[in-house]
Amino acid sequence: MSNSEIKASSQTLETAKTTSSFSNVDPGKVIRWTLLFLGGVVMVMPIVFMISTSLKWPHEIYELSIIPKEPTLENYIYVLEDGRFYQWFWNSLLIATATTISAVIFDSMVGYALCKFKFSGRMFVFVAILSTLMIPTEMLVIPWYIMARDFGWLNSHWGIMFPGMMTAFGTFLMKQFFETVPDDFLEAARIDGLNEFQIWWSVAMPLVTPALSALAIFIFLGNWTAFIWPLIVTNSPHLYTLPVGLTTFSVEQSVQWELIMTGAALATIPTLIVFLLFQRYIIRGVVMAGLKG
Amino acid sequence: MLGYRSLSIKQKQVVWAWSFLALPVLFYSVIRFYPTFGAILLSFQEWNLLGSKSWIGLENYQKLFADPVFWKVFNNTFIYLLLGTPLSLLVSFIIAYNLDKVRFMHGTIRALYFLPFMTSTVAMAWLWRWFYQPVPIGLSNNMLAAMSIPQFPFLKSTFWALPSILAPAVWAGLGFQVIIFMAGIRAIPTTYYEAARIDGVSPWTILWEITLPLLKPTIVFLVVFSSIGFLRIFDQVFNMTTNDPGGPLNATKPLVLMIYDTAFNSFDMGYAAAQTVVLFTVLLVVSLVQLRIMRDR
Repeated sequence: MSNSEIKASSQTLETAKTTSSFSNVDPGKVIRWTLLFLGGVVMVMPIVFMISTSLKWPHEIYELSIIPKEPTLENYIYVLEDGRFYQWFWNSLLIATATTISAVIFDSMVGYALCKFKFSGRMFVFVAILSTLMIPTEMLVIPWYIMARDFGWLNSHWGIMFPGMMTAFGTFLMKQFFETVPDDFLEAARIDGLNEFQIWWSVAMPLVTPALSALAIFIFLGNWTAFIWPLIVTNSPHLYTLPVGLTTFSVEQSVQWELIMTGAALATIPTLIVFLLFQRYIIRGVVMAGLKG
Repeated sequence: MLGYRSLSIKQKQVVWAWSFLALPVLFYSVIRFYPTFGAILLSFQEWNLLGSKSWIGLENYQKLFADPVFWKVFNNTFIYLLLGTPLSLLVSFIIAYNLDKVRFMHGTIRALYFLPFMTSTVAMAWLWRWFYQPVPIGLSNNMLAAMSIPQFPFLKSTFWALPSILAPAVWAGLGFQVIIFMAGIRAIPTTYYEAARIDGVSPWTILWEITLPLLKPTIVFLVVFSSIGFLRIFDQVFNMTTNDPGGPLNATKPLVLMIYDTAFNSFDMGYAAAQTVVLFTVLLVVSLVQLRIMRDR
């Protein structure tokens, strides 16, 4: 029996079970559902409190109510007024997007070359790239900092981006997925007169789009929330990314928690909206990247 | 000079392969390998970023191993690991195991658990820091006060500060582990369960004899992945203790924060490099030990 058949038969089994137990509801199932649901509500409570506090007047933030008595957008107006958050948002967006595009292209290029070309040294290159997975970023930040200083990359977008332009994780992931592309397809394209670059780009790449989007989601999220390297490589506020900007902003506000919560909400809400819109794809992508990688 | 056209198919493949790999090979050499050896080399030197480097042999390591702060930090790093990994894996497995059996509003509940994973660590660190403030500011203490329970010190206590910082880290990572566990549970062929059901085996036995053993690859992946994460904890600690980095009394300071401080506040680059080499060794040893233990079992 193939895998899909097993899945299908289990599905029918499940539906059969639920319809039969519909008339007399199993108390165990109700308790399980309720506990899980309450647990889920508890999980999102911190985020709810963050957003609710960002909508409160300063004198009201000490109250436990979730819904503000006199909701206000005053905090948002104040935080956004000087334009710093827009700048940080733009920096983060630019850096995360550029890094994602670069990493997705190069990782799949390397993954493809290591999977589909026969040449001596292939194993060596693969193992060498894979071995960089064991090196923690924290070990590299000091040499990177010195490198960035010597090349004049401190305080620049490129300085924040350059270490993430390619990833070993993505290379490994894409190599795994290119294994599923049959060589016959590539051979047929070769006979049609396409060169190897065209074969990779217009024949092999379209066949692995689910993997490409999974990798893109992972890399984008990683760069969007990256903290230690942007913190080290930048010291002028107009080049901060959102996380670094939020840190300096929060330190500045010290006890004005409604403003800090507003800043935190501004940093969080965009990704939450993206998640709610593309939930299924994001979860599928994370599972794919997590299990194959 | 032979042209490209005169090459055999095999030779053409070699040319193409290296033209695909040229830039990446350069990247990995310059941005990954060269800095790695740079860091190791620097760990045997003394350098304040401005003057000239001087070779001091093992002095940085001797200084490090004689430093009581280092041992405190080393301890803390392992406490993050030893509390964080088992706790988050246990909780996420319980959630995943039960959520897998739920059909009604399955997607919505899954989204609730996954949502914190999509947030920015820095934002969440400040959010939780607010929760932990004393009365009348912090949410948690206000809730306790509303129930007339005495205040809890959270970030001010040398004992409770570390778990307080760990909590948001576990919370935010839970959703990822839940969906990976669920994918693992789904991948187990149902024929095993059907056979067990026919034999009349209890759900408890099914869990211990079928689900958990067959889930081993997933568990190994999550243990190694989350351990590396907890050993490298930084963002949360940095943001929740900006007024007293790693405090109170270094009670929450992890290795990465010590590295950051040594390198970018004291500019003792050689000493910091030695600490990064220790971090690298710790990560390597912990991952290898975990893989070895779990492969045997």
